[in-house]
Amino acid sequence: MLTSRLSRVGFRIVNELSRGGYRCMSRTRFRQGHCGQCQRSPVELLSETRAFFQGAIFQKHHYFSTLGSNNTSGGGDEQKETISVTFVSKDGEEIPIRVPIGTSMLEAAHQNDIELEGACEGSLACSTCHVIVMDMEHYNKLEEPSDEENDMLDLAFGLTETSRLGCQIIARPELDGIRLAIPAATRNFAVDGYVAKPH
Amino acid sequence: MAIFGARRVLWRSFSTISSHPLRVCIVGSGPAGFYTAEKILKTHQGSQVDIIDRLPTPYGLVRSGVAPDHPETKNVINQFSRVAQNGRCSFLGNVALGYSISLVELRELYHVVVLAYGAESDRVVGIPGEDLKGVHSAREFVWWYNGHPYGRNLDPDLKNTDTAVILGQGNVALDVARILLRPTSELAITDIASHALTALEQSSIRKVYLVGRRGPVQAACTAKELREVLGIKDLYIHIKETDLKITPADEEEMKNSRIHRRIYELLSKAATAGPSQPSSGQRELHFVFFRQPDRFLESYDKKGYVSGMHLEKTTLKGIGSGKQIAIGVVPNVKGRILSDNSGDPTSIENGLYVCGWLKRGPTGIIATNLYCAEETVASLSEDLELGVLASTTRLPKLGRDGLLQILDNRNVRVVPFSAWERIDKEEKRLGSLRNKPREKLTSWEELLKVAGSE
Repeated sequence: MLTSRLSRVGFRIVNELSRGGYRCMSRTRFRQGHCGQCQRSPVELLSETRAFFQGAIFQKHHYFSTLGSNNTSGGGDEQKETISVTFVSKDGEEIPIRVPIGTSMLEAAHQNDIELEGACEGSLACSTCHVIVMDMEHYNKLEEPSDEENDMLDLAFGLTETSRLGCQIIARPELDGIRLAIPAATRNFAVDGYVAKPH
Repeated sequence: MAIFGARRVLWRSFSTISSHPLRVCIVGSGPAGFYTAEKILKTHQGSQVDIIDRLPTPYGLVRSGVAPDHPETKNVINQFSRVAQNGRCSFLGNVALGYSISLVELRELYHVVVLAYGAESDRVVGIPGEDLKGVHSAREFVWWYNGHPYGRNLDPDLKNTDTAVILGQGNVALDVARILLRPTSELAITDIASHALTALEQSSIRKVYLVGRRGPVQAACTAKELREVLGIKDLYIHIKETDLKITPADEEEMKNSRIHRRIYELLSKAATAGPSQPSSGQRELHFVFFRQPDRFLESYDKKGYVSGMHLEKTTLKGIGSGKQIAIGVVPNVKGRILSDNSGDPTSIENGLYVCGWLKRGPTGIIATNLYCAEETVASLSEDLELGVLASTTRLPKLGRDGLLQILDNRNVRVVPFSAWERIDKEEKRLGSLRNKPREKLTSWEELLKVAGSE
C-alpha cells in the first residue's frame, strides 16, 4: 500500500519534472532531466524529511518532503503531518486543502491546481505569488519577512498590511487553519501609480 | 472537492459564438505575448494561438533585457516554454511583421491579432552632442552585453577613460552600473555575451556616476537592485549628504509610498556607512542627485567623440511626480486598439488588440504584463461574448497553415519552437565548456544555422 501510494506520487513527480514542471526550492538538486537521481528509497527519504522538519529553514525543504509524510501509521499521525489551509481565489471561491508540514504555500497551491502565479519559481525574484493572510492571529504567527522578501513585497500589486509571498510561508502546525486570499489584479499597473498616456 | 472543480471549469471555458476554432496571432514573444497566449489558451478551449517574433529566439526582454547576473528573474522562461509546448500554441521565430508578413495579411489569416512587440525606440533627449560617439542608449548597451543580434557590433569604448556617466537612476541604470563595476570573475560565470565579457575584462572604467534629475526620495530604482549594487565587493559608494535633506513634500511622499521610504533609508545608510575616501585603485560609484544633462562636450583630440558633459542643477517644485509621459504607445482602450488618438470608442479596430509595453509604454516589471494580459484578454472575451467580432468569427480562418504557406512562398526561414530548442541546447552545451549557464549565439547566421540543423 505504501509502495503503491509512493509510486503514484513518484509518477506525478517524474511527470512534473519531465514536463519542466514546478521546480523545488532547493536549487542544488532535482534539476530537470536528472530524474534518475530522484529515485531514492522511501526509508532514506523518511529519515531525511524528519531531519528537515526539525528547524527546517525554507531553503532546505524540497519537493520530496511531501513524499514520506502522509504515509506513517494511522490517522493521529496524519493530523500532525499536514495542516489545513484555505485559499480564497480572486473570484471569492474557497478552496480548502491539506498541506504537508514543510511545504510552502506556493508549492501547495500548484499541487492542488490553484491559480497562484510563481514566475521566479520561489527564488525571491518576483512578487507574483503574493497572498494576503486573512486573519491577524495567523499573520502574527509567521516569522518576520526577510529584507529580500520585503524588497519583493514592495512590488506586489494590491499590497496590504498582512501580505506575504506564498513561497515564503512554510506549513507549520501553528499555522493550521490559515486562510490565504489571492489578490485580484488591480487596474493600476505601475509600481508607483503612474499611468502612461498614448502618444 | 468535485463541486469546486466543476465551478472552475465553467469559469474557464467560454463558449465562442462561432463554431470555428478561434485563431489568434500574437506579435511578440516577450512576457506580454506569452502571458496573453497563456490566458487565451486557458480561457478559450479550442483556440489556436500562434506567436510570431522577428528574432529566431523567443522571450523578448527576458532574454535580451534582464541582466546576466539575475538568472532567477529568468526562471519565468520555464513557464513560457510550457505555453509554447501546448499543442494549440506555436512559436514562429524569424517572422517580422511588416517584412515577412503584413498586418493586413495577418488580420485576414486570423480572427484576432494581438500586438505585443514592445516599445523599442530610444527617447531623444534633445540636447547638443547627443549624437557624439560614446553616447549610448541603455537599449543598445544592454543589447550588447546580452548578446542581442542587433547589439553585437556596438563596440563601446571602455579602454580610453576611467569614467562612465549614466543618466538615470532606475533599475536599468543600476544594471548598467553593475555590469561596468562588478569583478569580471563574477560576470564570467553568467550568460553575458562573450564579446562583452572580453571588453569588460580589458576595461579601464573605475568610476561610474549615476545622475538623476530628482532627489533620493524620487529615485526610480527598487530596493533589491539598490541593495545589490551597494553590496558589490570592494566598491566605494559616494552620496552627498546634503542631497539627503528632505522637504515636507518628500516626507509626505515617503509616508504614502513604502518603496520610496525604503529606498531613501538604503541611500542614507549608504551615505554615512563606509569610508569617506576611496582607497587607491578602488572602484567608485557616485550617486548624483538634482542634476540634469545640459549638453555633451566633444573631444578636442578625437572629433566626433564625447569627452565630457555639462549638468545643470534642478529644483523640484510642485506635487507632480515629474515623470515623463511614455511614448511609443498605440492608442487603445483596455487593450482594444483605436484607429486614432481621439479616444472615441467608435474608432475601435475590431479584432486588433495590444498588450505590454506597446500598450502601456516602457514601464513596469515582468509581472506587470500578467495583469496587462488579463485586461486585454478580458476585453477580447467580452467582445467575443457580445458578438462584437461575429462578422469575422462566423468565418473559418486559415490561421497557422495559411501563414506558413505564405511564408514558405516568400522563402522565409521560420524558426519553430523545436528549432529554438536546438539553439537552446547548443547554447547550454557551449556554456558548459566555459562554466556558464549558456553561451549565447549572437549572429543571425549562427542562430539560423543551429536552428536548421538536425
